[in-house]
Amino acid sequence: MRILYAAILLLAVLVLNFSMMHLAPGDVADTISQSMGGADQELLDQIRADYGLDQPFLVQLGRYIGNVLQFDLGFSFFYNKPVTELILQRLPATLLLVFVAQILALFIGVILGVISARKPNGIASHFVTILALFGYSAPVFWTGILLLIGFSLKIQIFPVAGMRDVTIEGGFWIHFMDIARHMVLPVITLGSIFLALYSRLSRATMMEVLGSDYVRTAKAKGLSEREVVYKHALKNSLSPVITLAGLQFSAVISGAVLVEAVFSWPGLGTLAFQSIIARDTPTILGILFFSALVVIVGNLLTDLALRLVDPRVRSKG
Amino acid sequence: MNKFVKGLAMATALTASVSTFAKAEEPTKGGTLVTVLGTNVRNLNSAVQSGIVTGFPGAQLFASPLRYDDDWTPQPYLAESWEVSEDGLTVTLNLVKNAKFHDGTPLTSEDVAFSVEVIKANHPFKAMFAPVESVSTPDAHTAVLNLSKPHPALMLAMSGQLMSIIPKHIYGDGEISDVKTHARNNENVVGSGPFKLSEFKNGEHVILERFDDFFIDGRPYLDKIVMRIITDPAARAIAYENGELHMGAFESLPRIINRLKKVDGLTVTSDGYGAIGPIDWLAMNTTKGPLADVRVRKAIAYAVDKNFIHKALMQGTASDSTSGIHPDSPFYAAQEGYDLDLEKSAALLDEAGFPVKDGTRMSLTIDFGWPGVKPQVEYVKAALKKVNIDVEVRASADFPTWAKKMGMMDFDMSWDTVFNWGDPVIGVHRTYDSTNIAKGVWSNTQGYSNARVDELMGMAAVETDPAKRKELYGEFQQIIADELPVYHTNTLPYHTVYSDKVGNPPLGIWGTSTPIDMTYIKE
Repeated sequence: MRILYAAILLLAVLVLNFSMMHLAPGDVADTISQSMGGADQELLDQIRADYGLDQPFLVQLGRYIGNVLQFDLGFSFFYNKPVTELILQRLPATLLLVFVAQILALFIGVILGVISARKPNGIASHFVTILALFGYSAPVFWTGILLLIGFSLKIQIFPVAGMRDVTIEGGFWIHFMDIARHMVLPVITLGSIFLALYSRLSRATMMEVLGSDYVRTAKAKGLSEREVVYKHALKNSLSPVITLAGLQFSAVISGAVLVEAVFSWPGLGTLAFQSIIARDTPTILGILFFSALVVIVGNLLTDLALRLVDPRVRSKG
Repeated sequence: MNKFVKGLAMATALTASVSTFAKAEEPTKGGTLVTVLGTNVRNLNSAVQSGIVTGFPGAQLFASPLRYDDDWTPQPYLAESWEVSEDGLTVTLNLVKNAKFHDGTPLTSEDVAFSVEVIKANHPFKAMFAPVESVSTPDAHTAVLNLSKPHPALMLAMSGQLMSIIPKHIYGDGEISDVKTHARNNENVVGSGPFKLSEFKNGEHVILERFDDFFIDGRPYLDKIVMRIITDPAARAIAYENGELHMGAFESLPRIINRLKKVDGLTVTSDGYGAIGPIDWLAMNTTKGPLADVRVRKAIAYAVDKNFIHKALMQGTASDSTSGIHPDSPFYAAQEGYDLDLEKSAALLDEAGFPVKDGTRMSLTIDFGWPGVKPQVEYVKAALKKVNIDVEVRASADFPTWAKKMGMMDFDMSWDTVFNWGDPVIGVHRTYDSTNIAKGVWSNTQGYSNARVDELMGMAAVETDPAKRKELYGEFQQIIADELPVYHTNTLPYHTVYSDKVGNPPLGIWGTSTPIDMTYIKE
C-alpha cells in the first residue's frame, strides 16, 4: 500500500513539475543560445526540433512519462548526456557530504544537548544556545565564505574548492586524505545548520524527560546521575531527534545546494541548480525523482531507527 | 593588388614574427598550469558551440587556420600562408604539412572543407561564413574558400575559437547538422591543437595534456593544463590569493578585481578582451511609446550619469564605451558622450511633448537578465526620477524568461551585455540591422531601423580596404551614438588574473580563446 502511494506521489511530482517547467517562459534553447553568445531564430527552432520541444505539451508529457515508466530518465538537453549518468556521477559526492555532515551533527548535537540540559543555566548551556542561534540563523554561503577566508586564505590549511586535488598522485590513502581535507570546510558549513537543530531539540526533550516522573523514580531508587541520564533519559529523548534527522534527509538536495555552490562541490545540488537555471527539464525531473527516492528511503530508515529506541512504535507496527 | 591584399601579403611575410608577443625571457618547459572556468562547460567542441567557456578548452584542443598578434595582424597557424584574390572572391589557405590530429591522423584540406560545412550548419554566428559558397580542395594541403562576395570579416572568423578545424573521420559519421549533439563533443575529443583531452568531469574539471606531435616544434611549453570549474567568484578570488589557481580569465566583479589588484604576486589586467569585445548598454525599444522619439532617448542618456556608473558601480574597473564597437577594436571611433545635464534632459522631454503632469512625465519599465546588473538598473530608475520619469524595475526569474521578453521586444528599457566577437560583421551588425529585428535575444531587439546604417553595414561588410572600412564604421558609429537605439555606457570589466609564476599569459586580442602554447610556468 505504501509503495503504491509512493508511486502515485512520484507520478504526481513528475506531472506537476513537468507542467510547471512548461509554464515558465523561455526554454533550454534560450539558455543554449546564451551559452553560445546568441543564436538566430532558425537555429533556435532547430534546437527545439532536436529535443522535441516543438511538439504540443501533452505529447511531450506523454512521451516523458512513458520513458520514465520504462526507467529511462531521458537525455539532458544541456549536457547532451543521459540523465541517469549525470545523476549517478554526481550522487556520491552529495551523499558523502550530507551523510558525514548529518552524522557528525547528530552525534555532537545530542552530546551538546545532553550536557546543556543537565545544567540548564550553566555556561555550557548558554554556549549551546548561542551556537544554535548562530548556526541556524547564519546563511550557509556566509559561513562558508567566512571559513574560506579564515582557513584557506589567512591560515592556509584547507583547499578552497572542489572535492580533490587532481595534481596529486599516489595510492588510496593519499587520495582518501585529500578528499577528507577538501571535505572539512563544507562539512562544517553544512553541519552547522543541522547541529543547531539537533542540539536545541535534544536539549529541550532532555530537559522535559529529566523532569518526568520515571526519572525521579530512577533517581529515588538510588541510580547514579550518570546512569539515569545516559541509560534512561537519553533513550527516551532521542525519538524526536531521530524523527527530525529523518526529515532532514530531504535536505540532501535543498540544504546542499548553497554549500555545494560555495565550495564548488561537484554534487547533485550544483547540478540541480544549474539545470533549473538552464531549463534542462529532463535533468531537473530526474533529480526530483532521485530526491523523492532518497526521502522515501530516509523515512523508512527513520522508522526502523525509531523502532530500535522506542518500544511503543515497535508494538504498534 | 589592393591594400587589403598587400596587408595580408605583408602579414604572410612576417611569418617569423609570431613570437612578437612572447616575452624576452627564456620560457621554461614542463609543468602544470592550474586555471579555472567560471561556469560549467556543456560542450568542448568549439566548431559547434560558441561562448567563452568553451573557447578556452576549445582553442587548446582544436587549431584554427590563423592566429592574431597584439596589433590585430593575422599570423600563420594551421595555414602557413594565405592569399586573397584580387576580386576578394577566393581565399586560398596553404596548410602546414605536418599537422596531425591527436589520434595520429594527418590533417588535410578535406578536414577544413568539412569543418566549414559543420560550422555553417551548427554555429550560431551565421555571419562568419555566410558568403562562403564552397571550399575546394585542389590538394591535401590547399583549401580554397569560394565566396559569393568579398568578405573581409573572414580573417578574424578564421582565428581564435571561431574556426576550429575538426577531424572529418570522427565527426563526419552522421548528418552535418547533428554534429552539435555528437557524443564526442564531450569525451574522446580529437583535434589538432597543442593540448589533448585527458579528462573531462562535468562540473569538476577539464584536464588537458601536452600533445607531443603538435605541428609547431617545441610547443606547447606546458605539460598539463588543469581547468577547474569553480562557479563562485568569491571562492575563485581566494584560490588566486592562496595560490591554488595560477591564472583565470573573465573575472568581472569590480569589488573582487580591486581586491585582487592589491595582492602581492598577482597581476590583474583588462588586456586580452579586444576581440571578444564585451560591452554593456542600456537598450531602448525604439518601436513603441515615448522611446520611439529619439529626443526621449537622448533625454534619458543626458539624465543617466555615466560617471556614476564608471566610478561608483564599476569602481574604475571598466572603460568608457560610446559606439557599439569595443574600444580595443581597430574600428572603434570614440563618440561625443552625453555628459550629465538634467536641464537639457528636461528640455528635450518638454520638446518631445512630455511635460510634467502631477509630478511625472511618463512611466517606463526596465528589465535585466542576470542579478549582476541589478545595481545599474536600480541606478537608472533613481537617475530618471530626477527628470520626472517613473521607472518600474521588472526582474526576470532567470535568463530564459528575460531572453523571451527581449526576443519578443516586450520591454521599454533593459540592461544588456553584448559581445563583438572579432569583426563587427560577426557581433556588431546584428544589433542594428533592420532585417534582424526581434529574432531572439541579442538580435536587433530595439527594433532599430535606419536605411543609412543598413547601407553602411552592407558596404563595410564587403569593403576590402581596411582604411575605407574604418571610415564606413566611423560614420556608422556616429549615427548610432546620435540616434541611440542603445545607450552605450561601459565595457564589461573582464579581467585576467595571473600569478607571478605564469610566464606569457594569454593577453592577446582573443585572450583565452586562443592556443596558450607559449604560456609557461616559471620554476
